[in-house]
Amino acid sequence: MDKLQLSIQTDDFNIEDEYQYLRQGNSDSGAVVTFLGQVRDFNQGEAVSQLELEHYPGMTESVLKKLLEEADKRWAIDRAKIIHRVGPLNASDKIVWVAVASAHRGDAFHACEFLIDALKTQAPFWKKERSATGERWLDARDSDQDKAQQWMKND
Amino acid sequence: MITLLYFARYREALGQEKEQLELDSPCSLQELLDRLRERGEPWASTLNDNKLLMAINQTIAPAEQLINDGDEVAFFPPVTGG
Repeated sequence: MDKLQLSIQTDDFNIEDEYQYLRQGNSDSGAVVTFLGQVRDFNQGEAVSQLELEHYPGMTESVLKKLLEEADKRWAIDRAKIIHRVGPLNASDKIVWVAVASAHRGDAFHACEFLIDALKTQAPFWKKERSATGERWLDARDSDQDKAQQWMKND
Repeated sequence: MITLLYFARYREALGQEKEQLELDSPCSLQELLDRLRERGEPWASTLNDNKLLMAINQTIAPAEQLINDGDEVAFFPPVTGG
């Protein structure tokens, strides 16, 4: 089994199955850190009814693969997996899953946070929000750029 | 022949996600962008975005990078996934 995995999918995923994937045949890891991103029903003061996730097939996979390989170089990782959903999503739906299993918690925490921060500024996904007043493409946030930049300074 | 791809708000504003273009001579991303803007609206205003990102063969590339025959060139706004 490849220790670095990624999946771009329209379907939902099951957190228990994903947790078992991190554990299966892997008794080396003393720490599992996971991040789950989900659809908020409110953004910038407006009720959001639906989100549409678009991506650049091919480039998305190669960017995420590179990020996983970079994380694997910087920290001691036993298993890591990124799942990102695309297509229409509703409030409270899961969007993204980043999971890292490591011998110790420091590596797992750092690798997991690096992966989600880098994904947010590098992986070609775009969100469009639908609300009662219409639909709009979301703008990138400077705060996300700042967070991703910090990982480059730490080198 | 090169393939052009447009994503997200650009795809919607231009009303297309993909087109093919014949390159008479090698040109840079900036030169291609200028040519597309010269088509007039909606190209001129849609692609006149200082946050526009460009990729050649699925890797982000700077404006001065040269495009070769057969390349896939993509235009997209800053990413908002996660």
